[in-house]
Amino acid sequence: MTCKETKNLLNAYVDGELDSAGSLAVESHVQACASCLIDVENLRALESAIENGALRFKAPPRLKRNVQAAIRAANPRASSSLFHWRWASVFASTVLIVALTWVATTRWTKSSEETQLVNDIVSSHVRSMMANHITDVSSSDSHTVKPWFGGKLDYSPPVKDLTEHGFRLIGGRLEYLEDRPVAALVYQRSQHFINLFVWPSNRSPVKQEDQLTLQGYNLIHWTKSGMTYWLISELNQPELNECARLLKE
Amino acid sequence: MAESAVHEGIGAMRKRERLLDQNELTAFNETVLPHLDAAYNLARWLTRNDHDADDVVQEASLRPFKYWAGFSGRDCRSWLLAIVRNTFYTWLRQQSIQPELTTDGEVDDMDNGIPNPESMLLQKADREMLRAALEDLPVEFREAIVLREMEGLSYKEIADITGVPIGTVMSRLARGRNRLQINLTSRAGQNCL
Repeated sequence: MTCKETKNLLNAYVDGELDSAGSLAVESHVQACASCLIDVENLRALESAIENGALRFKAPPRLKRNVQAAIRAANPRASSSLFHWRWASVFASTVLIVALTWVATTRWTKSSEETQLVNDIVSSHVRSMMANHITDVSSSDSHTVKPWFGGKLDYSPPVKDLTEHGFRLIGGRLEYLEDRPVAALVYQRSQHFINLFVWPSNRSPVKQEDQLTLQGYNLIHWTKSGMTYWLISELNQPELNECARLLKE
Repeated sequence: MAESAVHEGIGAMRKRERLLDQNELTAFNETVLPHLDAAYNLARWLTRNDHDADDVVQEASLRPFKYWAGFSGRDCRSWLLAIVRNTFYTWLRQQSIQPELTTDGEVDDMDNGIPNPESMLLQKADREMLRAALEDLPVEFREAIVLREMEGLSYKEIADITGVPIGTVMSRLARGRNRLQINLTSRAGQNCL
């Protein structure tokens, strides 16, 4: 084996990726070739420097918690299989979480379509918080935000600025719900973000009850002038009610 | 070489996208969460900062559960790492950051002789120097070295995750290490002056 051929295989040799014949051929060349021997030593030195350098990052504990929470929040339909659940001896805590989710969901409505919508709204809200993608257009001016939706939707969502009431409009973005693009308007109250999803719908109000708490988020729903509105935030229920009241005015 | 198995797998899973039932969710948590360190390590080396690595891992961790139904006991870590890597490149495009890719035809510095005292210098290279030198590598060399040296993956596994032939993995590792040695030698040399 020539020096050039050997040099091409040195990395694979050091990494133990050669078959035994290849490995033997490289080894016998290296023993007789000072230049290749130095290369092998350098590769091994680099390998141990990286190993001893403790360069591997560990996931911070908060990331682990966030990921678990996000998976739970984005996957609330795990609850719907409760009755098909044949594994009786699963962890009690899991049962509790599922049961609570189920109760919260069925309180709202028993229709699976509606349940799916509520779940999608929660997922959209969670994603917007997580992926640092809360707005496509950032502005506290309703005259900037409203026209932005112009070419993107086949309707014009009402955009209200509630800054003077302590709910600062910070922008809007496009979301996809019920198989259509919908407007999401984003408000901020101190540290809390509020998503308002608006789209035209002639469906009548789902239920008398128009409030719901799911996965720790408060949701308020209403319809007005042919538009359906969903307000969601981790903000407490009274303040979110206040926000809804102002929006309905 | 055909598209890697992992990439095909993800494609197939996408078609069957749906939410999970509780059993699957539990299985998902038990299988995926143990590999969160590996996922974070790769994301951290690709993005080169804590904050973006967090974002990439969170985003990536929301993807696989959707495809979980199509996941049938293949190597979970490789699968997750491939998703992290895809998420990173999507994120990169969204940020309109051009990755510092090298072209495959580029004349390489493989044959530049590395001086003999190299291994001595390497042994003395401190952690910060090593970290900086590794961060300076073009992303495709960096990911190959991270997957090999820190995750201990085989060339085949790296080829599956990165979607390139094994020969390319081998050459990326060789070129990446060569550059790393040159980087380190020059950094260590500067420190001596």
